[in-house]
Amino acid sequence: MKYLVLMQVDPAVIEGLTEEQQQRIYDGHQAFMEETTKSGEMLSTHALGDPSQSTVIRGGAKPQIVDGPFAETKEFMGGYYLLDVESKERAIELAQRIPDAGIEGLALEIRPVMFSAGADM
Amino acid sequence: MSHPVRAAVPEDLLRTLAPQVLGGLLRRYGATQLDLCENAVQDALLAAHEQWPVQGTPEDPRAWLLATARHRLIDQIRSDTSRRRREQTHAQLAHPLAQGPPAPAGGGDDSLRLLELCCHPALTTSAQVALTLRAVAGLTTAQIAHAYLLPEATVAQRISRAKARIRDVGATFPAPTSPEDRLEPVLSVLYLMFNEGHTATTGDSLYDTDLTREAIRLARMIHAELPGHGEAAGLLALMLLTDARRAARTDSAGRMIPLDEQDRTTWNQRDIREGIDILRRTLPGRPPTPYLLQAAIAALHAEAPGTEETDWAEILALYKLLEQVTANPMVTLNRAVAEAMVRGPAAGLALVDRLAGAALPRDHHRLLAVRAHLLERAGDLAAAREIYRRAARRTLSAPERDYLLSRARRLADPADPAVSADPADPPAGLSG
Repeated sequence: MKYLVLMQVDPAVIEGLTEEQQQRIYDGHQAFMEETTKSGEMLSTHALGDPSQSTVIRGGAKPQIVDGPFAETKEFMGGYYLLDVESKERAIELAQRIPDAGIEGLALEIRPVMFSAGADM
Repeated sequence: MSHPVRAAVPEDLLRTLAPQVLGGLLRRYGATQLDLCENAVQDALLAAHEQWPVQGTPEDPRAWLLATARHRLIDQIRSDTSRRRREQTHAQLAHPLAQGPPAPAGGGDDSLRLLELCCHPALTTSAQVALTLRAVAGLTTAQIAHAYLLPEATVAQRISRAKARIRDVGATFPAPTSPEDRLEPVLSVLYLMFNEGHTATTGDSLYDTDLTREAIRLARMIHAELPGHGEAAGLLALMLLTDARRAARTDSAGRMIPLDEQDRTTWNQRDIREGIDILRRTLPGRPPTPYLLQAAIAALHAEAPGTEETDWAEILALYKLLEQVTANPMVTLNRAVAEAMVRGPAAGLALVDRLAGAALPRDHHRLLAVRAHLLERAGDLAAAREIYRRAARRTLSAPERDYLLSRARRLADPADPAVSADPADPPAGLSG
């Protein structure tokens, strides 16, 4: 079963991190990638640029192109892990080891994947 | 310019022989040597691809492959730079497990042992499947990755971890509770492989892999080796009878077609006959077991010219038996459809209500889909529409979601009087 673990970030929380917290997050992600690659559960991961670099297209007969992220929320998708695991429980167990899970104000969302296609698949 | 004629490599033969050769090596050198032996067999297959087209297929291809693989195995150990590992392995090679029984003529028994090893209970399900496809079905890592839409590196890592795990547990099995129970995980891995079913069609025949056909091929191999094994026969019959409906199950746009709307003239009659023949040979005087019962249900559908002519009373009786031997709530859910066909939709709905929130979660997508279908048959179209939509939100299959939404749309359109009163394709699977 493929699960996408979405990392929800609040830029204000990221800016308020101490040097030590930042290092812990970096190290934690390195360890997480290593572990899930070794176990054969890691498919891919990507971290995204700051929401200020975003462009939004509003759908319609004449799509509207707007600079900047969706304005309604202060949480943004900061990146994701795509995992292939035996069960939903395992996906949740793994996601809890992502260092973001230990930081107040950050959140992780675990969603099942329904369809896949791509070059490396 | 003229080129020497290169004969085609007999691919089917190679893939049949590969597990026999690997099984033969393992019997001789010990199942803990799975990693080395498997690499040696891959090398031997490569050599066959290079040499046979030029030199011709050898008279005894199995003996040729076995000899070549053994040479490669010894080369591998010699070139192994780790001294400690070399010494350990040498010790094992110097004392091969020669006290084992002599090789059977066909090598089929070796293939069975290999299947049992690949489906070792210490492995995760995904590892069992990957290892089986590689070591027994003879697929490349790239083909397996492609079939499961996974990166090749992930599959390669899974296979090498699985081999390491088998080495770690010493390739020993927990004490069997019955003489047949080592075959049980093998059969469920094959059934899982069969149900994955999605055919990867990129047009690149090098990578295209049909998991359904692979599963049938392996089930056929087991049945040929153990014709008296009831569940092995039942699984093969079930697969044939289910796969016979493959062409009728989707339309040209890939949309799901439920059983009652399928064009039964496109069902594969040869597969149906074979499945029914296997059941006729196997069923008499045998206790009812899960795969045999599911195959018997599939046979009743296969024999009926339409939904109306289907022997629902017999199907209901078989589901009751299946419920007793499996105690699986998905079976009860299928029984609800049969109850509705025999005793009316209210009886089916009552059974669904008993499951909801008890044996199955209230919002389980199959439970919702069956409830919606029975509500539709009972004439409560507004409720059916709502529940179809809820089921569509819960499923993780895109074609099933589209199907459920289209059922809901059909009910929403008052201009369309063609509201079907027949059941959707009851799933054969127990795994839900």
